[in-house]
Amino acid sequence: MLKDVTLGQYFPGNTVTHRLDPRTKILLLILLIVAIFMAGGWVGNGLMIAVTAVCMIVSRIKPRSIFKGLKPMLFIIVFTSALNLFYTEGTPVFPGWIITWEGLERSAKMVLRIVLLITDTFLLTYTTSPIALTDGMERLLSPLKKIRVPVHEITMMISMALRFIPTLIEETDKIMSAQKARGADFETGGLVKRAKALIPILVPLFVSSFRRADELAVAMESRCYHGGEGRTRMKQLRFAPRDLWALLLGAALLAGVIVLRQFGL
Amino acid sequence: MSELRVEALTHTYSAGTPFEKTAIENISLTIPSGQFVGLLGHTGSGKSTFIQHLNALLKPTGGTVYVDGEDINKDKKSRRAVKNKVGLVFQYPEYQLFEETVFADIAFGPRNMGLEKAEIEQRVREAAHFVGVEEELMERSPLELSGGQKRRVAIAGVIAMRPGILILDEPTAGLDPAGCRQIMDNICTYRRESGATVIIVSHNMDDAARLTERLIVFDHGHIAMDGSPEEIFSKPEKLVEIGLAVPQATRLAMALREKGVALEGAVFTHGQLMAALKGVGVC
Repeated sequence: MLKDVTLGQYFPGNTVTHRLDPRTKILLLILLIVAIFMAGGWVGNGLMIAVTAVCMIVSRIKPRSIFKGLKPMLFIIVFTSALNLFYTEGTPVFPGWIITWEGLERSAKMVLRIVLLITDTFLLTYTTSPIALTDGMERLLSPLKKIRVPVHEITMMISMALRFIPTLIEETDKIMSAQKARGADFETGGLVKRAKALIPILVPLFVSSFRRADELAVAMESRCYHGGEGRTRMKQLRFAPRDLWALLLGAALLAGVIVLRQFGL
Repeated sequence: MSELRVEALTHTYSAGTPFEKTAIENISLTIPSGQFVGLLGHTGSGKSTFIQHLNALLKPTGGTVYVDGEDINKDKKSRRAVKNKVGLVFQYPEYQLFEETVFADIAFGPRNMGLEKAEIEQRVREAAHFVGVEEELMERSPLELSGGQKRRVAIAGVIAMRPGILILDEPTAGLDPAGCRQIMDNICTYRRESGATVIIVSHNMDDAARLTERLIVFDHGHIAMDGSPEEIFSKPEKLVEIGLAVPQATRLAMALREKGVALEGAVFTHGQLMAALKGVGVC
């Protein structure tokens, strides 16, 4: 039941997108997000759809896995579109209706925007391993070290958190089974009773998480880990020509969308 | 004191997806009331999946489980009721402790059964007595106890429900020899005094040989061997072929036979080994 978490899952592969430097991919995602928000008219939005579709085909990501990731966001999507649909003033679709042509257009664009945002983010996490992702983030944020932001520590924490999500899910499943065997009931009763029923799961889960964190800290220290200072890497990040091309293409796309916006397209 | 009958039990994980995996297939067996059974098999052989069907934690994808002649998956009510009849102690059960005091933790199961306060109190004392948890520990936090004590408190938490069938998944894993002996003694005491059926999953062949009346060997989701310890350990080659260890005494007897010492009968305890050695005039 808990095993269906796909958010941020990585699908190993060997496409151009997979081989791009993680830093490039993060920067590209930022360019794409800005472009999505800059796209005003239907031509600009159409261009963004086309670009996202091409990216999906190039990285061999099946539409099905994107839909699966979109499912948890369904509520937000429906909510935003409803809000825009009912609260935009203009010419009614039929005389006397609250729904206007402007509202229809705006809510369609909103939905498109959210879906594109999520899809593009998934393209990044589907094609980049969590380790590569945090490595890339660390390198991109490293200028912040100058103003004493503990960039290495933050990214280390992120990669550890990602690493332990499956472990925690497995652990939760185990504890749930053990308490069910002792007659615990998680399915019936009102809100208060159900919340109370979680205590027998949460307490052991916390206890074991702290124990695990402790063990991990000792293991890291005994391997002489002492933070990011002077630490070398097994996988060096290298900027290849394809990274430059990808970034240039991204910049050109953003420029194009901005120009289109000037012409109201 | 409950009879267990399993018919054509099959379980497939993630059926209909690319991750589909059949853990156990077409398992049928009957365990009469009061029997002491050992389940053997290496990791991934389907033992754990099998025992989780016996108290309806897992729903079979095929087949039926009967406890005292009743289908335990008949409806929601029977799925719940069976948990009071069949007690399941998971591997490393000390990680399930959560209450503020040892007493409250042992009482969790009986409380879920909806018993009266006096009855709960009596059962908790009784269960604590079975596993040798002293009175002065009852008001301590379970998290302060030593590893062996925690394990015994967790087992008491299941025993307090007075299950007619007690199933334990590797109850001695990760304990020191003294702790192992104590736990095995506790289980034997409970069985003797309550008459319950006990099923124990173990990797310790010496314990399995010494204590149980019947051994069931799992291999790749099927029952590979089923019989008394005498029968099972008289074919040690088959156990080795499956990839399981044999008791120390059996191993020594096998080695001696290879060297030409004609030992008689099945050898799986130290006493039997001594007797067999005397039989050929070695000592």
